[in-house]
Amino acid sequence: MSIDAVAATLGRRALPNPDHVSGHYWQSAADGRLVLQRCTACGAHQFYPRSLCTSCAGETEWVEASGRGALHTYTVIRQNKSPAFAALSPYVVGIVELDEGVRMMTNVVECEPGEVRIGMPLEVVLLRAADDVGLPFWRPAAG
Amino acid sequence: MGARDPVIVGVGWSDYPVTPELDAMQHHALATRRALEDCGLELSDIDGFATPGTGFSPNTDDAANMAEYLRIDHRWIDGTMVGGSTFEFFVQHAASAIRDRMCDTVLVTYGSDMLSRMGRMLGTSTFASGTSRVNGPSAYEAPWGNVLAGAYAMAANRHMYEYGTTSEQLAEIAVGVREFAGLNPSAQYRDPITVDDVLESRMIADPLHKLDCCVISDGGGAFVMTTAERARDLPKKPVHVLGAAGAQSHWSISQMPDFTTTAAARCAPEAFGQAGVRPEDIDTLQIYDSFTITVLLLLEDMGFCKKGEGGAFVETGALRRGGRVPLNTDGGGLSACHPGMRGIFLINEAVRQLRGEAGEAQVPDCELAVACGSGGMLSCIGTVVLGTEGRS
Repeated sequence: MSIDAVAATLGRRALPNPDHVSGHYWQSAADGRLVLQRCTACGAHQFYPRSLCTSCAGETEWVEASGRGALHTYTVIRQNKSPAFAALSPYVVGIVELDEGVRMMTNVVECEPGEVRIGMPLEVVLLRAADDVGLPFWRPAAG
Repeated sequence: MGARDPVIVGVGWSDYPVTPELDAMQHHALATRRALEDCGLELSDIDGFATPGTGFSPNTDDAANMAEYLRIDHRWIDGTMVGGSTFEFFVQHAASAIRDRMCDTVLVTYGSDMLSRMGRMLGTSTFASGTSRVNGPSAYEAPWGNVLAGAYAMAANRHMYEYGTTSEQLAEIAVGVREFAGLNPSAQYRDPITVDDVLESRMIADPLHKLDCCVISDGGGAFVMTTAERARDLPKKPVHVLGAAGAQSHWSISQMPDFTTTAAARCAPEAFGQAGVRPEDIDTLQIYDSFTITVLLLLEDMGFCKKGEGGAFVETGALRRGGRVPLNTDGGGLSACHPGMRGIFLINEAVRQLRGEAGEAQVPDCELAVACGSGGMLSCIGTVVLGTEGRS
């Protein structure tokens, strides 16, 4: 799926409802920055955003992510009966492990499903889906 | 054996797999009537009640509603909902409640009209889509169009990557379970299948084919637990709860800490330890077969083989009819019945085997059975060890 093709699907996808904690994450993505929480006490990164550190129950701060990672696992969705996604099949749903150590679900884009491999280096590409929401997609890393 | 040691004395099934004439609450009720007939107890004997409620709209079969519908004047109630394994957790909870004298006789029920009411959407549709905004942890998954089958597929893919597990090995699980389905007149699919049939069935979410996935059914079940002392007056020999433990590693699939290891690695040793038995002592396995990979991971995590060796283990034929430890002798969720959640059928089938009531599917000299449920997306695992004799 090309970035343009993905962008054309944004209106059909279920979008997050930003809350007190996650609002900054989604807004930052809409503004072109991928951010993560890091614990001010123990230094652990975490995803998804929460109101406490899941390592030590401490407080967190926002830090900018490297935007680089590797594919931990994936599948190719061949059948999705939901109208929003039925026309997109087949597409890749995967789990990317960021260089910071956290993982997130995404679609691997800008390559064919048959070219996707576990362990392949990926880089983030952020698409603005609404004024308050940007969605991270991941593509094969350049170079 | 103590007077208040927990035992299972009655099991019942509603009708399955396709029952458009029944709604979810009727499934609970029909299974309850049959479980009570099975053990010779009456509704008025029940003072503890557990059911999860499905969360499958538009049903209203949560614990409080069902207690009213069945008119159970309970003094102990449990509405835990951790997915399809909830019933294995209920055995753990009810065993403790009975031992601690919170109640004497517990009814556990489940019912679902999923197939007739909702069709086959559970495994292959996105949990949320369209124009509505998504709250909570689902917000970090819903926008990317994953489906239930895709969650398990990502575990299977990682297992193949780390350990060289093959699609043929996963298919062997489906083939063996289908053989047992052929012996169950109520099973949804009964014709024998081969490994090639599985591999040639449509790909749903790589690497899982259609025949790697469970069916979608209507159906329900119920079982009755009480004390060993109370069971002495009842017509059938009780089945003893020797061990029961549960654990959780995540809920959303993207939060799974290790895609090749479930919480069975924690709760199964606890359940086996309570029972004082080892995996090699077990005569039959009733494992939640939502997908073939589910069985493989739970086998490894319970210690029936080492991590990564599940593929080789199933290839030995150990899980087949006549094998060392036959699996899902009612035909499982892969072929017989999967009405949204299946954990109650694991308990009921283990009881049927331990009583020697399984007919053509009977495992010879069956004295120890394990029911291992997986709820959510490989998230909440409950392991129950059942036996024909009490703990010595």
